[in-house]
Amino acid sequence: MGRLSVNLCGIALENPLIPASGTFGHGYEFADYYDINCLGTFSFKGTTREPRFGNPTPRIAECTQGMINAVGLQNPGLEATVNEELPKLRAVFHKPVMANISGFSVEEYRTVAARLDREDGIGWLEINVSCPNVHGGGMSFGTSPEAAAEVTAAVKAVTTKPVIIKLSPNVTDIAAIAKACEAAGADGISLINTLLGMRIDLKTRKPVIANKMGGFSGPAIFPVALRMVYQVASAVKIPVIGMGGVSSAEDVIEMMLAGATAVGIGAANLIDPYICPKIIEDLPAVMDRYGIENLNDIIGGAHNG
Amino acid sequence: MKQQLLTILDNRAIAPQVYRMALKADEPVPAKPGQFLNLQIDGCYLRRPISVHDADGDCVTIIYKVVGRGTQMLAAMQPGQTLDALTGLGNGYDLTDSGDRPLLIGGGVGIPPLYLLAKQLRAEGKQVRVILGFNTASEVFCEDDFAALGCNVTVTTVDGSRGVKGFATAAMEAAPYSYVYTCGPEPMLRAVYRASKTGGQFSFEERMGCGFGVCLGCPCKTITGYKRICKDGPVLRKEEILWED
Repeated sequence: MGRLSVNLCGIALENPLIPASGTFGHGYEFADYYDINCLGTFSFKGTTREPRFGNPTPRIAECTQGMINAVGLQNPGLEATVNEELPKLRAVFHKPVMANISGFSVEEYRTVAARLDREDGIGWLEINVSCPNVHGGGMSFGTSPEAAAEVTAAVKAVTTKPVIIKLSPNVTDIAAIAKACEAAGADGISLINTLLGMRIDLKTRKPVIANKMGGFSGPAIFPVALRMVYQVASAVKIPVIGMGGVSSAEDVIEMMLAGATAVGIGAANLIDPYICPKIIEDLPAVMDRYGIENLNDIIGGAHNG
Repeated sequence: MKQQLLTILDNRAIAPQVYRMALKADEPVPAKPGQFLNLQIDGCYLRRPISVHDADGDCVTIIYKVVGRGTQMLAAMQPGQTLDALTGLGNGYDLTDSGDRPLLIGGGVGIPPLYLLAKQLRAEGKQVRVILGFNTASEVFCEDDFAALGCNVTVTTVDGSRGVKGFATAAMEAAPYSYVYTCGPEPMLRAVYRASKTGGQFSFEERMGCGFGVCLGCPCKTITGYKRICKDGPVLRKEEILWED
């Protein structure tokens, strides 16, 4: 076990870096640029039961130190993901991968989870109850403790793989939702998904994004994400994957001090496709600078005293 | 795709709000006609996708219009400054279908990528005709550059202050052509699509997130399925285009 390795729900990660769902395709897209086996793991593009084209364009808007997206869960659907995408993924990534699942009903979450549970190479199921870009789907399950717990229990009933619930920051008490998921059997919590945001074009006086609103991500949201990771890590005993604006080795360490066992990298992948290997390479020197021998020693370190 | 640090050799206005920037890398820059660079500009979070105008070994030239904050900052940059670029993005034009008399039609800042295409078609000995569409005479750029390649160049202006009066399509039937390559605003692409009597390749524009095919920010529906403008495009073949109203 190296000084970067951590344990996420019983599965060892060589390092805590996990490219976040929606910013890393099905992995093979990045394998053209570097050997993605250097990653701890990654969470592949959110899968729904049926294929989805997603929202109309424009789907992207720039912000100060961030961006808004309203992709709307575009994905090839469960069958094509299993039959076409996973074989391509397995050809280039040889560690357990994280499957990200979205749904419009508890039944859909259960169906997709049960099918992906049977797939070799999938280490964890990450359940997205927090997509802000789809009406009637995703986020509605993540905004009440009862609904989040219901999805958690339904998925847990059909899989033996660790279940990680991905939470929305667009709520008043994220810790209460995390606790409800933990009580329903969740093995981990990942947060945060994007913050609901908006931009208006001064020339046209209309929203930049066709869907009007979208998910705000990037370095600008890092302090909000860090605060919520800190709150959730205090509230639950299960491991937390911290994400939201992480762009450097220093950010990774800060997230882990807030209580994250592993750290998601999202928007940064879109700006610098090589950001993850760069952060992995930078980590040992940054750890040395702050007197950190092993990353496991600092998880939740900011909660002490 | 490569990530390269490009040094600015020259950056100057060639028409109102239109700039030509010459850049140099320390190794060859991958750049086929119709491909684009994605430039990181200090102070802007997202990169700016800008098509390749000309490329030769480790040198690459772009022509861009100042339309917002990012391009304003780009226009203010000086020779010697550097830009972090993702290079060799997009599919680019396929030259193999051109026939002997390809027709290239560009509108405004859709014109620059046609230059490298014209250069390579001329090198193959093709008889290249080019229509450059502008709104008015003062906006005209690149006319001499295409002429110097030995292309037959027609300028059109909407107000008739220069060349043929009307849109670029007004000059299409002046001579026979074997194939069409085009880049410009979507209304122009639609007009060329309707008016063209041969096959062709059309370069599209969309707001992009990453520029290399992973964020799904710039999708389009085609006859052959969903495509990403940044990775599967920006060039689509005429027979696969599905216009959405």
